[in-house]
Amino acid sequence: MPADDVEKARRFREAALPHLDDVYTLARYLLHDKADADDAVQECYLRALHHFDSFRGPAMKPWLLAILRNVCNAEFARRATRPSTLTSADEDHSADEPLWQEPLPSPEAELIHRHDGETIRQMIGALPAAFREAIVLRDINDLSYREIAEVAGVPVGTVMSRLARVRSMLRAAWNAEQGRPT
Amino acid sequence: MNCPEAEILIHALLDGELDAGHAREVETHLAGCPDCAGKLAAFRGVRHAITEANLKEAAPLYLRNRIEADLPATAPADSLAARSKRSGSFQLNRRVFAGGFLSGAALSAAVAATLAIAVFRGDEDRLIAAEVVSAHLRSLQPGHLTDVETSDQHTVKPWFNGKLDVAPPVVDLTEQGFTLIGGRLDDINDKAVAAIVYRRRNHVINLFVTPQPGAGKETTGSEQRHGFNVRYWADGGLGFWAVSDLNSDELDEFCQKFMGALHTPPGRI
Repeated sequence: MPADDVEKARRFREAALPHLDDVYTLARYLLHDKADADDAVQECYLRALHHFDSFRGPAMKPWLLAILRNVCNAEFARRATRPSTLTSADEDHSADEPLWQEPLPSPEAELIHRHDGETIRQMIGALPAAFREAIVLRDINDLSYREIAEVAGVPVGTVMSRLARVRSMLRAAWNAEQGRPT
Repeated sequence: MNCPEAEILIHALLDGELDAGHAREVETHLAGCPDCAGKLAAFRGVRHAITEANLKEAAPLYLRNRIEADLPATAPADSLAARSKRSGSFQLNRRVFAGGFLSGAALSAAVAATLAIAVFRGDEDRLIAAEVVSAHLRSLQPGHLTDVETSDQHTVKPWFNGKLDVAPPVVDLTEQGFTLIGGRLDDINDKAVAAIVYRRRNHVINLFVTPQPGAGKETTGSEQRHGFNVRYWADGGLGFWAVSDLNSDELDEFCQKFMGALHTPPGRI
């Protein structure tokens, strides 16, 4: 193997592999099916290695996530098992509703105590795709608005309104959960 | 600023995306608008709950291996293996560690009765030993060592609740010279396992607790691989894998102290 390729692979490994968990996480939320997510992540890294020469930075993580997103959209979204998504009527309804029900002495404490990780994971999984992607990129992958805009291929203003909407949806889902007898 | 504008911008405020001027404008609005201030508190709760829930998934080891296999071979693991081969330590170390591990007076008869002495003979055992070392190497990357970082065993143990099929035992060995620094979920042989992390001086010890004792017939084992020492034993229906760059004697001491503390009657732990 040419020395250049070895050097390139070494740089790629150092730059890209530390973000594997982030890439895998996004794949799991975008595709739901575990085997599809595995395949998408592997394909993402193959493409990233192939295009590594054209990577100009600044940040590797959003670059990888953008590739992953393309892989998911192009090849795997068809096969993805559709989660039960909110209908548009539900969305409009939830946006008009009060976002919390009073009195809530300590919303933070309530949310943490009443909702373990699995519940929150399911709530996120049930969101419409564009909103699910926005919240995962922001609050789990920890991307900035500008980076989310790059990954999702939308203006920053759209990112902001999606985040506002998706947090309202999660808030509504949480309130619904609270209202349910346990 | 009106409420519809503020309702969008409070998220940017939460996410630290506003410059000082805009942040001040939003805060001025919030000061005079209990409605929007309430929403900010609610959304802060939503955001906090998501970030606190540790929703990031760890890529499974087999996937990492698949991706590694796609890359031209310059892996750190490869160079490590090459280095170990040169030094001759890559071979299975068949040293039976009864001297170090079993002779400790602190080890109760009850514990000793569950132990037989062996090395990793089965292929499966060796495979798992290799995965344990890989997992240890991964954990040493920045930010990977612990999911829950605390020296309090009563914090680490409940943290695993609901994440695994078993409740891994966590004991504090600070007085014995092994500092508990936290816990983490890891992946051995494509199964979720608990990793309990200790430190002696600058040496990290990963103790992996697997739901079942290994499929191998052996109930204890010892090996040196890639320059790391590995110990395996089974107890109470669980499999324990300790791995560290700590020297052999001190890792034996760790295993001994851990088992000793584990079998100390309640109240003394």
